[in-house]
Amino acid sequence: MANPLRGEVFRLYKNLLYVGRDYPKGSAYFRDRLKSAFMKNKDVTDPEEIQKLVARGEFVIKELEALCFLRKYRAMKKRYYEPEH
Amino acid sequence: MSGRVLVGVKRVIDYAVKIRVKPDNSGVVTDGVKHSMNPFCEIAVEEAVKLKEKKLIKEVVAVSCGPQQAQETIRTALAMGADRGIHVEVSGKDYETLGPLHVSKILAALAKKEEAQLVILGKQAIDDDCNQTGQMTAALLDWPQGTFASEVSLEGDKIKVVREIDGGLETIKINTPAVLTADLRLNTPRYATLPNIMKAKKKKIANVKPADLGVELTSRLEVLRVDEPPQRLAGIKVETVGDLVSKLKETGKI
Repeated sequence: MANPLRGEVFRLYKNLLYVGRDYPKGSAYFRDRLKSAFMKNKDVTDPEEIQKLVARGEFVIKELEALCFLRKYRAMKKRYYEPEH
Repeated sequence: MSGRVLVGVKRVIDYAVKIRVKPDNSGVVTDGVKHSMNPFCEIAVEEAVKLKEKKLIKEVVAVSCGPQQAQETIRTALAMGADRGIHVEVSGKDYETLGPLHVSKILAALAKKEEAQLVILGKQAIDDDCNQTGQMTAALLDWPQGTFASEVSLEGDKIKVVREIDGGLETIKINTPAVLTADLRLNTPRYATLPNIMKAKKKKIANVKPADLGVELTSRLEVLRVDEPPQRLAGIKVETVGDLVSKLKETGKI
C-alpha cells in the first residue's frame, strides 16, 4: 500500500470507529462490520482506487453523524414535546 | 458585544441507555453505564460557538461540575469549539446531592469572576429534568433571562430572544449581561469528531473547588426512594364486537 495513503486509511478507520460508538445497533456490531468492510479491500493497490474508497468512507462518517443526530433529535422531541408540535 | 460567554455542560447518562433502578431503590445505576453530554447542553455549546464564529463574542468558556469524568464532557465542548474549560470538582456524597441551587451559585460566582457577558445553559437535564438552573442563575446574578430560546440574535447591547411557550412563540428583548437557556429548535449541534477531540487536548481546563467560589454544598433535599414507572399491563385481544362489549361491561367501563 502506498505510504502516505496508509496513514489516511488508518485515520479513516479510527474516525469511523469513534463515530460507531453511538451506532444504534451497538458499537460491537458496528466494529465487526467495519473490520470486514476494510478487510474486503485490503489488497487494493491502485492509489486512485484507494482515494475513492477513502472518500466513500468519509461520506459514511457524514451519514452516520446525521443518523445519530436525527435519532437523538427525534427521541428528545418525543419525550419533551406535545404531539402537535 | 465582544465579551465572554460561559456555557454550562452536564454529564448525564446517555439518552439511549435503558435506565435501571438500583435494587435498594436509592437511585439509578450509573457504574459502567454510558454517559455523555446532556443534549440540551450540546445545543447551548453550539449556540455559543456560532456566536464566536460570527465574531459577536470573543471567548467561549465551558464549565462542568462533577467528579473527574466531568472533564470528558468539557473536552467534548472544547472539541465543538469552546476555547477553554473550567472543571468544578465535586465528588462522592457531595456529587450525589448536587442540585440546581448549588450549580446556580457556582455558575453565578464564575460568571462574576470571569466577567462573562452571557451565560448559556441547556433548558433542562435529561436525568433530573429540573429546568431550574438557568432561572436560578439569572436570579442570583440579578440578570435578565431568555429561557426556552429557539432563536437568539444580538442587537447592539441587547438580545432578542424568541421563546418556545405553550401555544406558540414569544419574542422578548433583554439587556446584557443575561442568562439564556437553549431549547431543542435553537440549532443543530455539530458532531465532536475524533480529529477535533485530539486538537482540543491542547486547550486548557482549569480546576476549581466550590469552596474557592464561596459555595457551600450542603443539601436541603433528601431522596427517599426511586422507583421504576409502573409496568404497562398487556392488552387483551377480542374476536368480535360482541366480545368487546361484554369485556367492557365485565370491567365496569360501561
